[in-house]
Amino acid sequence: MTTIETTNEHDEGATRRDFLNVFAVVGSAVGTAAFVWPLVDQMNPAADTLALASIEVDLSAVEEGQSVKVKWRGKPVFVRHRTAAEIATAKADDGASDLKDPESDADRVTAGKEQWLVMVGVCTHLGCVPLGQQGEYGGWFCPCHGSHYDTSGRIRKGPAPKNLEVPSYSFLSDTRVLIG
Amino acid sequence: MAHGPTFEPKNSVLKWTEERLPIFGLIHGSLGPGYPAPRNLNYWWNFGSLAGLCLVIQIITGIILAMHYTPHIDMAFDSVERITRDVNYGWLMRYMHTNGASMFFIAVYIHIFRGMYYGSYKAPREMLWMLGLVIMLLMMATAFMGYVLPWGQMSFWGATVITNFFSAFNDLYAGSGNGDGLGDMVVSLLLGGFSVDNPTLNRFYSLHYLLPFVITGVVILHIWALHIPGSNNPLGIDMKGKQDKIPFHPYYTAKDGFGVFVFLAIFAMVIFYAPDSMGHPDNYIPADPMVTPAHIVPEWYFLPFYTILKSFTIDFIITAKFWGVIAMFASIILLFFLPWLDSSKVRSAQFRPVFRFFFWVLLVDLVVLTWIGAKSADEIIFMDIQAVTIGQVATFWYFFHFFFLLPVLSRVEKTLPLPESIASAVIKDKA
Ligand code: HEM
Ligand code: FES
Repeated sequence: MTTIETTNEHDEGATRRDFLNVFAVVGSAVGTAAFVWPLVDQMNPAADTLALASIEVDLSAVEEGQSVKVKWRGKPVFVRHRTAAEIATAKADDGASDLKDPESDADRVTAGKEQWLVMVGVCTHLGCVPLGQQGEYGGWFCPCHGSHYDTSGRIRKGPAPKNLEVPSYSFLSDTRVLIG
Repeated sequence: MAHGPTFEPKNSVLKWTEERLPIFGLIHGSLGPGYPAPRNLNYWWNFGSLAGLCLVIQIITGIILAMHYTPHIDMAFDSVERITRDVNYGWLMRYMHTNGASMFFIAVYIHIFRGMYYGSYKAPREMLWMLGLVIMLLMMATAFMGYVLPWGQMSFWGATVITNFFSAFNDLYAGSGNGDGLGDMVVSLLLGGFSVDNPTLNRFYSLHYLLPFVITGVVILHIWALHIPGSNNPLGIDMKGKQDKIPFHPYYTAKDGFGVFVFLAIFAMVIFYAPDSMGHPDNYIPADPMVTPAHIVPEWYFLPFYTILKSFTIDFIITAKFWGVIAMFASIILLFFLPWLDSSKVRSAQFRPVFRFFFWVLLVDLVVLTWIGAKSADEIIFMDIQAVTIGQVATFWYFFHFFFLLPVLSRVEKTLPLPESIASAVIKDKA
């Protein structure tokens, strides 16, 4: 008898109490999660870091066969005035079978301005700055773990997975470029 | 359970305190006569207490360095130079801290290999072993972030390369390819920017200060877990009776004390005569985000893992880079499974001749991994063989050892007969 009585009593009380329990637990979990987000998000780039303005680069002094390295968002950006031979090899290699991240040279430069190659100078492997006009493809060579990029900045050999990144940029005039 | 005589204070003040906070009993039971230890521990058992000593040295010298150090990209390098040149005994504090980190890793690596040779990771000490590995991982994180603080070229580029490991997550979600992939998001979360910069230095400093105290907490758990089964010993058999045991104090306090003097003597020689021998000269060049040094290498204690990272050069389903990162983490994580990969009931390598042979092969393999880690990938080692090829063979062997050899060997190996007891073996040796 007693068993049945207690079960009944328990059943009735349990639904309400269960609701309160579940409500309390879920409520605290949501509340905690909502508070954890600020704790994590404070690590992300702050407003002033994000506000880093775009930069303008003057190309008038960069002769054919020369490059400049400018700092953008704390990283180096390569601006290379390519030689005719470099452009020719880059185009000829568009269909090469060793392109790990296939992209045509035309997609990496501005039409009509093929001589200017603008790239973030950060190796897509683990972030070192590659050295210009070196390596097996006459483009860039990353000394850190041996990645070879061609004259279009495409990865050809070594551990890096991607071509050197082309940032968003636009020509303000024939000799001025805006990066970012 | 390794319990010796309980602590019964005679002195009334001790007694009063003990009734309210049983702290003397705790000390008595962990380091005193209340902790009976096997009578046959050899010098390889010194490295636990030596690692503890290193932790204390790092915390004391670190807190002192923090009094003079400035965590800002424009001032960090100069403040460290000022510590070495101008602060009274600053050179001593800094060289103790820098070389102390290396000594800490030497002690801990020997300590781990001791455990691997004598089977200390096996039942009932699995928890003890795993807590030890947690300590090792925390030490690696601490040392990595500490190395960034002087803000030299190696600091900067080491931080760049290591935080970029996480950009491999772009393989899972690449985004538009313009820095919004999963990996890019993780990296900028870690760095607090688009590249290693002042926010990175600040957070690394904060965490570098914190983690040693977390390590201290895990060390306490580690010792707690040790005191449940008690120490393993060179024979790898359990203590049976009184004849197998001696009290920790005075026997092992004395033996550990002797080890401390030898260790400190070596430490002193390094600090006074070769304080920069384990560092890299490029770290005396202030960090320059525009120029990567021709040859970047991590601190020596990371070299084996660095070789494993560099050994993957071919994309296969996922990128070579992702494989490298996975393999590097796996090489450490797999150690957590060691108690189950090696199912042999016999602990000590003394009674496992084949296992013993392959233990030494593994050690040589790690030496090779370390040596190759400091070379650039295309350096020719001999004849036509490049460093990367040797690294690949050594990496293969590392995983082969743990994932194939050990599980198979522990099932098929004929082990030698175990002695009756520790006492009988020790006494027979003497006779
Ligand atoms: C697990 C213990 C610790 C390890 C393994 C460790 C490791 C390191 C390493 C490798 C460096 C770079 C040294 C150099 O190249 O100059 C460093 C620097 C530094 N550490 Fe620690 N550390 C530890 C504990 C601490 C603690 C507890 C503090 C105190 C807050 C601290 C404060 C510093 C400071 C201020 C620097 C920069 C000065 C310098 O580079 O000499 N460390 N640490
Ligand atoms: S960072 Fe360039 S090859 Fe690794």
